Formats: sequence, C-alpha cells, structure tokens
Amino acid sequence: MGRKLLFEHITKPGIRGLEGYRANGGYRSVEKALRTLSPEAVLEEVKKSGLRGRGGAGFPTGMKWSFLAKPEGVPRYLVVNADESEPGTFKDRYLMERIPHLLVEGMITSSFALGANTSYVYVRGEYFYVARILEQAIAEARAAGWLGKNILGSGFDHDIHVQVGAGAYICGEETALLESLEGKRGNPRIKPPFPAVKGLYDCPTVVNNVETIAAVVPIVNEGGEEYAKIGIGRSTGTKLISAGGNIKRPGVYEIDLGITCDEFINSDEYCGGVDGRAFKAVVPGGSSVPIVPYELFLKTPTGEDRLMTYESLSDGGFAQGTMLGSGGFYAYNDAQCIVRSTWNHARFYHHESCGQCSPCREGTGWMEKVLHRLEHGEGRMEDIELLWDIQRKIEGNTICPLGDAAAWPVASAIRHFRDEFEYHVTHREKVKDPKHFAREPFRKSAKFATA
Amino acid sequence: MPKVTIDGISIEVPDGTTILQAARMIGERNKADRHVVPPAMCYYSSLKTSGGYCRTCIVKVTKGSDKDPRPMPKPVASCRTAVMDGMEVANTTDPALIDARNGVVEMLLINHPLDCPICDQAGECHLQDLSYENGKSESRYEFERRTFDPIDIGDTIKLHMTRCILCYRCVKVGEQLTDGRVHGVINRGDVAEISTYIQQAIDNDFSGNMIDVCPVGALTDKTFRFASRVWFTNPVDAHRDCENPKCSGKVVLWMKGNEVLRVTGRKDQWGEVESFICNTCRFDRKDVNAWTVEGPRKIDRHSVISQGHYQLKREQALLTSPAPNVPELAKRKELKDR
Repeated sequence: MGRKLLFEHITKPGIRGLEGYRANGGYRSVEKALRTLSPEAVLEEVKKSGLRGRGGAGFPTGMKWSFLAKPEGVPRYLVVNADESEPGTFKDRYLMERIPHLLVEGMITSSFALGANTSYVYVRGEYFYVARILEQAIAEARAAGWLGKNILGSGFDHDIHVQVGAGAYICGEETALLESLEGKRGNPRIKPPFPAVKGLYDCPTVVNNVETIAAVVPIVNEGGEEYAKIGIGRSTGTKLISAGGNIKRPGVYEIDLGITCDEFINSDEYCGGVDGRAFKAVVPGGSSVPIVPYELFLKTPTGEDRLMTYESLSDGGFAQGTMLGSGGFYAYNDAQCIVRSTWNHARFYHHESCGQCSPCREGTGWMEKVLHRLEHGEGRMEDIELLWDIQRKIEGNTICPLGDAAAWPVASAIRHFRDEFEYHVTHREKVKDPKHFAREPFRKSAKFATA
Repeated sequence: MPKVTIDGISIEVPDGTTILQAARMIGERNKADRHVVPPAMCYYSSLKTSGGYCRTCIVKVTKGSDKDPRPMPKPVASCRTAVMDGMEVANTTDPALIDARNGVVEMLLINHPLDCPICDQAGECHLQDLSYENGKSESRYEFERRTFDPIDIGDTIKLHMTRCILCYRCVKVGEQLTDGRVHGVINRGDVAEISTYIQQAIDNDFSGNMIDVCPVGALTDKTFRFASRVWFTNPVDAHRDCENPKCSGKVVLWMKGNEVLRVTGRKDQWGEVESFICNTCRFDRKDVNAWTVEGPRKIDRHSVISQGHYQLKREQALLTSPAPNVPELAKRKELKDR
C-alpha cells in the first residue's frame, strides 16, 4: 500500500471545512513557508522534489516556475487550471470537492514562491458547484487570515479569485484559458511568447494543474528530497489516477508513481481487474493519449513489466507505447468496439475544435465523418488509409495540442486494431447493430495476434 | 544582424524579423529566388497580430540557431517565428514539409465551395493561386460541404461565409483601422463564422479595406458585384487629395472604357495593399474625373488580369502595323471608328 500524500485525510469528517482541515495538519506548509523559508527556498524544494506537471504534459514544475520572468513593477500571476475537461479525467474534481483547502493552501504557498499577489482558479463550466465549494473555502481562509494583507505577519499579501468557464475543452489549453480568463474568446495564443513571459493581462504567469499545486503542500511540509524518494527515476511522488471503464472498482486512486501496470489494473486495492469479460485495450491517460492493447499495456515492447510512470508508459514511443497524460485511465473489455470508441473520440474533438487554424478545424470533422461511416457499416477499405493520412496531416501542424490530441487516438487505434477496422468493412451488416461486439466478441486474426 | 538561410540562400536581417519576412526580403533582393517565399493566407504585414492561423506558411527549421543548433520538432508558422542567428530553414527543399503543406491546402479546400465561375474574386484570389501552386488536382472529400447564406455586413459589403477560410484579417482590420470593431468570429470549430451581431452593423470610413485584405471571395464589394470579370477590366493607378487624413488617396481604378467599375487599394507583389484607403474613395468616387490618373497598373505577367493589357498592346500593334491582312484591316477600321 502506497503512501497517501494528498488523500491522507480525505475521508476524515469535516475535512471540507477549515476547522476539520486545520485539525488534520492543514495550512502547515503556509506557516512553514512564510515564517521560515524564502521564496527561493520554496522554489528550491519544488525543484528538488522532481514534481512534474500533473495536467498531462508532465513538464517539470520547478523548471516552469524558474522560467517566470520577474520584471520590476509588473505583477505576476498564478493561474490554476481546474478546467479538467479531458474525457476520462475526474481526479481534480474529487480533490476540490472533498478537500478544497488543500488547493487553497497549495496556491498560497506556490504564490509565495512565485511572488504572485493574486491568483486565479479557472474552473470548468460543468463544475459550477465545485466553484461554490472553492469560494466557500476561500472565504473561510480569508476570514481566518490565511488570505488577505500581510498573511501571518510576513508582509506577503495574497488573494484568490475563482472564475467559472463556459465548458469548452479548448479552455484547458493554457493560453486559451488565459484568453478566456481575460474575458475573450477562448482561442489558444500563438507561442512564443509563453505565459511565463507574457501571460494573463500580458504579465508573467504560471499556469498549473490543480493536482500539481496541491502536491506543493506535502513537498513543502516534508521537504523536496523526501517527496522525491517516492517513485522511480524522473517520475517522483504520487499521482492521482481516475479509473473508469470496464473495471471492477472505478474511482480516483492515489498511486505511487512506479507501481506496475499489472498491479494497478488487476489488484483489489486499485481497479480490481476486469468486470466479467476479458480486457482488450487500455487508455491510461485521458482520451488524447494513444490507446494500447491490454498485453502491450502490461509489458513494454522489450518484454519488461510496464510501470505506471511517465517514462515506462511511453516506452516504445508512439508505435508501441502511450502516455501517462492527465491520469484519466480507462479500460475496454472485449464487448467494446474500438472503431466505435474512436469515432466517439473523434466526434468529441470535432465538437471541441476552436476553429482557429485550418488543419484542426477541417480535419477533425473529416475524420469524424469517415469514422461515422465505418462504424455504421458504410465504410470502404480505402477509408482506413484515408483516416491515416488525415490524422498525419493534422498532427504537428496546428497552433495548439488539440490537433495532436485529435490525431493520436485515431492513429493508435488504426495501428493496433486495424483488423477491427477491416472487420467493419467486411461485415457491414453485422456492425450496423450498435452492440455488435457485445453479442459476439471480436477475435483477433492470426496476422495481428502478436502485434 | 542575425543571418538566416532559407533553402540554401542566406540573408542578414534585422533583429525580430520573422522567417516569412526574411524570405520575402530574399525574394525582393533577387526575383529568381522568389520560390523560397512560403505562401501566406492569413498573415498581413500591415495588420498587427495577424498570421499563424491558416498554417500554409509552415516551414521546417532544420537548425535552430548557431547557439542551439537543434532542429525544431514540428513545422513552425514562418509568419510568427522570429529568426535566430544561424537559423537554417527548409521550405521547398523538404518533401515532408511539402506534403504537410499539401495537407493544409486540402483542408482549406474541403469545405470551400469552389464556385470560382460565379465568384467575383476569381482571377485575383489567393486561394486559387495557393491551390494551383500547392494543391492537388482532385479531392478526397466526399461529404456534403458546409454552407452559409450570404449576408450583408454593412451597406457596401457582402459576406459569403461559405467561401471564408477564417484568416481573421478582416477582424484585424476592424480592430486596427476602424473605431471599434463590430464584427468577429462567432461559434467554434468548423461552424465558426465571421459575422456581425446585428446585420448591416458595419458603418465605418475604413471598413472597405476588409474587402481588399480578404484573400478569398468571402467579402466582396457590393458596388462591383457581378459587374465584370476582373480580367476584362483595365487597372490604372490613380490618386486624389482625400479629405480624410488617414486615407492615402492612392488607388487602382479598375476601368472598362471610360467607366470606373471598381476602386481598390494598390497591392504589392505579395498581394498586400500598400496603403489603406477610405470608403469615400472606394465606393463614392466612381467618376474618372475625380482622379488624377497616373498610368496603367503594372500587373504580374502570370496573372490572368494582365490579359487586358496584352489585348491593348495587340490593338495598338494593329493600328500601326505596316502590312495588315484583310480581317485585320476591318478590325483596324473598327478600332479607328471607336
């Protein structure tokens, strides 16, 4: 059983309120940072911890913070990205619902390190009730003197504002989030300049995921080196994984980075194995990461056990690996149709494309239409090549990563499950039944059995 | 001064120059090197923050700089990427990049109506040029194309959203040239459209420039619509002392006989207007006597518009030819009578 750093007290009664949170050691990191540490020392601890961005890209947080430009007389901002809109991901929601003060505490400590006197939480539109929980927590903290002027007599002023988005996936992209926060249309900006130089209101800004900021609390409390002891290699600490799909025990789990994938998916402590049938495929990090067959999820291409770390999951590159992403884990059993799932993903990205740059605006819709045709028994063999070519022409040619996110699931599905696509062309009548594989599971042909 | 090499041709440029600007400088220095200039559908040098959207100007940076020689992992938009000293760029020399650009052109065209035969922009359309130079001759798109109804935005501008490629140039014109933008992009994804909140809302002295900056036939001049194919007109440079201090008064008159069919700004070799003109000059001065005519507009020989000039030259040759045959004699008489 791994250590719980974020969820240690999450089931304690009254943890959502300030009193209960404080009784369980809350706001210690603020006391420690503001009373005994300098901002540079906090940054140093975060660097030592090896903490990587928990939103999906896995960029080292300490490095991101040290890139923040610090011109004289210009305010700096911390923006927390709570626009958790990656399909399959619901870890931040759970954290903010259950233990909102952890985020508030992390924001105060992080802002102290960054020298930001104002910070924002951008909450996705569907989480309007979470925004209320956060606002209540912020009001409690403000009343108790954890926010406001001269916190703990240290001379550090800080305040937090909650902003609710309107529910667009694209606003989870950091620059689109900033545009939206400024009250504009949520279109991603063209980088450079990066937010660390010109972010919110053209001021230096750090944008971090909820979980990243929450993880700063145990890092400051226990020290960066202690935090870095958990995990393997460059994947340190704990990670929240929101597990769903055809598993016995769906839910949000805090795992030590470094447990084996087999343990995570099959042990009763976590997912508890398959719900009755056989596993077919796994998406370990939210809908935009490549889908992998179950066997390839358990073992790397070289036959070693795959671990739940950034490096091990991407072992084998895009052809044989996948990504840890945001931790939106979901598994498919053999009743599921990969073509249908890919179409569903494509439909999502088509709907969520902002329409700013042409490959994504036009390409996502095209892929959706071709996949719809295949799934509904009207496809042709050439469609598979066509899809491959469309995704290839979107990937890497767009302003923001949404184009890549739309292309990867299609590419990996064709790469690993091409026989299912072919089946949809050769068995047109059968696939017109939406539950085609639930009635008769798809058997891999010999050609693909070892892929 | 950073030195950048594009397709093997080097140039020294001022700090902050983008790759696209550097490539244009190479093209301006020597016309034979113009192939290094990437196509640009949304970038417009006189409009700030334009560019980056259409992705046709993508190039491959094969060497980042002298300091950090690593290549950039993805193609970059040349219009928004500043050059670094020692940077090496592949534009036409990288087959993978040409393939990627083909893809962008294909994406731009899948929902475009291809109604060139009835489009006023035909003959001076950047999308026509782009697809001719970088596209493929057939389409793989078999689904119904997206359509919108044409609407009036302002009393002199017609919007055919169906043809629009969402380059955002007209939005930037609204932002930077007029006193308050009243149109913009509404909706998102592939149903995003340029629109005004209230129809006919655009009423501004400089709104007509939206027509000039539009790379396709989405925004057309209602005073010129369906009046003539552009290659049947003769463009002449002209100017007047415009009352509006922000207007240069330097225009091109698109003539048919003595009639002024259309007035536009003067476009340079990159298809961008040299100076913006006001709506009075554009829409209300359609009388040749209101202008000081400077002479025929120089049109690139490759443009279909230059056909009109050749016609003129043929006629002049006929009038002075020493030994015309019988049909030519008849034609000469007809010209003289005219």
